[in-house]
Amino acid sequence: MRERLSGNEAVAIAMRQIDPDVVAAFPITPSTEVPQYFASFVANGAVNTEFVAVESEHSAMSACIGAQAAGGRTMTATSSAGLALMWEMLYIAASSRLPITLAAVNRALSGPININNDHSDTMGARDSGWIQIYGESNQEAYDNFIQAVCIGEHPAVQLPVMDCYDGFITSHAVENIELLEDEEVKAFVGDYTPEYYLNNKAHPIAVGPLDLPVHYFEHKRLQAEAMRNAKRVILEVAADFEKLTGRKYGFFEEYKMEGAETAIVVLNSTAGTAKTVVDKLREQGVKAGLIKLRVFRPFPAEEIAAALAGVKAVAILDKADGFNAAGGPVFTDVTSAMYGRVDGVPAISYIYGLGGRDVRAGDIEKVYSRLAEIVKTGKIGEVYNYLGVRE
Amino acid sequence: MAYNLKEEVKKRERFTGGHRMCAGCGAPPVVRAVLRSVDADDHIVVGAATGCLEVSTCMYPYTAWRDSFIHSAFENAGATVSGAEAAYKAMKRRGKVKENTKFIAFGGDGGTYDIGLQSLSGAMERGHDMVYVCYDNGAYMNTGIQRSSATPTFADTTTSPAGKVVPGKMQKKKDLTAIIANHNIPYAAQTAPMGNFKDIGEKARKAIYTEGAAFLNVLAPCPRGWRYDTPDLMKIIKLAVDTCVWPLYEVEDGKYTITYTPKEKLPVEDFLKPQGRFAHMFKAGNDWMIEKFQEIVDAEWEKLQKLAD
Repeated sequence: MRERLSGNEAVAIAMRQIDPDVVAAFPITPSTEVPQYFASFVANGAVNTEFVAVESEHSAMSACIGAQAAGGRTMTATSSAGLALMWEMLYIAASSRLPITLAAVNRALSGPININNDHSDTMGARDSGWIQIYGESNQEAYDNFIQAVCIGEHPAVQLPVMDCYDGFITSHAVENIELLEDEEVKAFVGDYTPEYYLNNKAHPIAVGPLDLPVHYFEHKRLQAEAMRNAKRVILEVAADFEKLTGRKYGFFEEYKMEGAETAIVVLNSTAGTAKTVVDKLREQGVKAGLIKLRVFRPFPAEEIAAALAGVKAVAILDKADGFNAAGGPVFTDVTSAMYGRVDGVPAISYIYGLGGRDVRAGDIEKVYSRLAEIVKTGKIGEVYNYLGVRE
Repeated sequence: MAYNLKEEVKKRERFTGGHRMCAGCGAPPVVRAVLRSVDADDHIVVGAATGCLEVSTCMYPYTAWRDSFIHSAFENAGATVSGAEAAYKAMKRRGKVKENTKFIAFGGDGGTYDIGLQSLSGAMERGHDMVYVCYDNGAYMNTGIQRSSATPTFADTTTSPAGKVVPGKMQKKKDLTAIIANHNIPYAAQTAPMGNFKDIGEKARKAIYTEGAAFLNVLAPCPRGWRYDTPDLMKIIKLAVDTCVWPLYEVEDGKYTITYTPKEKLPVEDFLKPQGRFAHMFKAGNDWMIEKFQEIVDAEWEKLQKLAD
């Protein structure tokens, strides 16, 4: 079904099609529209969901935890400071193995307060135990949201999933989109049938015990194992989704990487801008390629290293600074993946677009020029760089 | 059926022995009294805020709760249980659950008066069909007796120590029951496990079987923080009630009713004297503190009587 929708509306429609048991959410720009649209679905009887209009994001995630543990399929949406307020509960959701689905509409974290897009919110939550899937467009935000439910709920995974997409750029811009039929979505996600849940009188359970040194470590180890299992499941779900839609998803998209000498690694909507630059460079005979990372948690370390094995220089673009004096979070993970696998490929970090600073094709061209220079001279130069900032 | 303690205690315990709460702690009798008020056929989802009750009753791989139990964090028992209740409603509509389930959250005064107040307020205002039970022992006992907004004036705690120039906690106790009653919920009450447990038993029953959000504020003394002899738990509770330090009342759809009026209102000294946390008030020259404490209690009691008129 062909439509023209904003990213938020597309995700809200995915929620309606899934018809979860509980949606608990608190408004924050730019994710506000998701619960708004959803509340109207509830008001008009389009879903059977309990919509819980909580008084904060901390309570949103707490209510999601209670609801999912009780046996309900549960969803929410947030951005920026809202995600930050959920922080404590993000870890508890993941360690309690509750497959909640969260639309994470990327926005810069305060301070100073800024409502525009960067990735500092979800990057800060990257080690909270949530699966993180990033999408370039409205179509991908929608497709990833539907797949997220199946990935998180898989018995070998049972972890919460964030569907991350860029605030305003993706959340508010209206694009063409291909929607699935309601029945197709319902059949794809199936019923949520957890083995253990609070609302089961026949088999009461206890969730969230005090876990002392005798057992805590084993539980964390199992949680880590679930994240490793998620790699396999993400690909299985993507294969099923491709059968249904013809749209192909993996850990990342390789764009014109055949024979590429220089490459950049980037997340979300900037990939769209970067692809036009790659096209232009390829026309000029420059062997440029692009890797658009889709799955950041679990991190596809081996696969990304293999994808970069043939390049002569790579730049990793981060829309969040690391504040670690070493580079952005995607950069440090990608280079760590390369270590021992594809040693010797020069890799540099670019921080870009913080607080909604525009990223233009010209900015991306500068990165490819710099990579070409590295290839030509063999000199890496500064590793930790900024793009589009006034010095 | 009229309340009858002999019949009540014949019921199967839903909160089992073997938990690790201290001897002489007021919280376990509160929990047992509340859970006894639930019909045997009804399932319960119990939620707990982080605190003594939670860490002592559900230590992996053991649980003292025969019903389902969830703890997620300190400040969010209201929100967590409200989510479970929302899921129940949706699941029931879809026919995924058939049985009746009751939702009961327990939090100490730290998790309720202070860090969990927002979450509680939200859950009450939204009108979830749940009961929030605060077991009020008047300080953060789990972390080692730090003052809370429920700590009575002059009490000696580790963060409001009675010293040479500061005589314990300098502020008044927050009136949480009134705050929650003013959310215009159908039922809020203040009670204590006392005598034949009729007061707490009947109020718990009303709270649980009144549709919508309900709140119980229950006095639950702590032998470590209050410093009384553990066998004196019930005596201390009775003294709190008979001195009107902890009046028993309920608010049904906004209507205040005092459910217990002491035959003879005892002086506050009777309540203060057996407790180590108030020992400094009985030193020479500190009479003014006892007088002040009495003034506060009298004023609150008078205010309550007016509300219940």
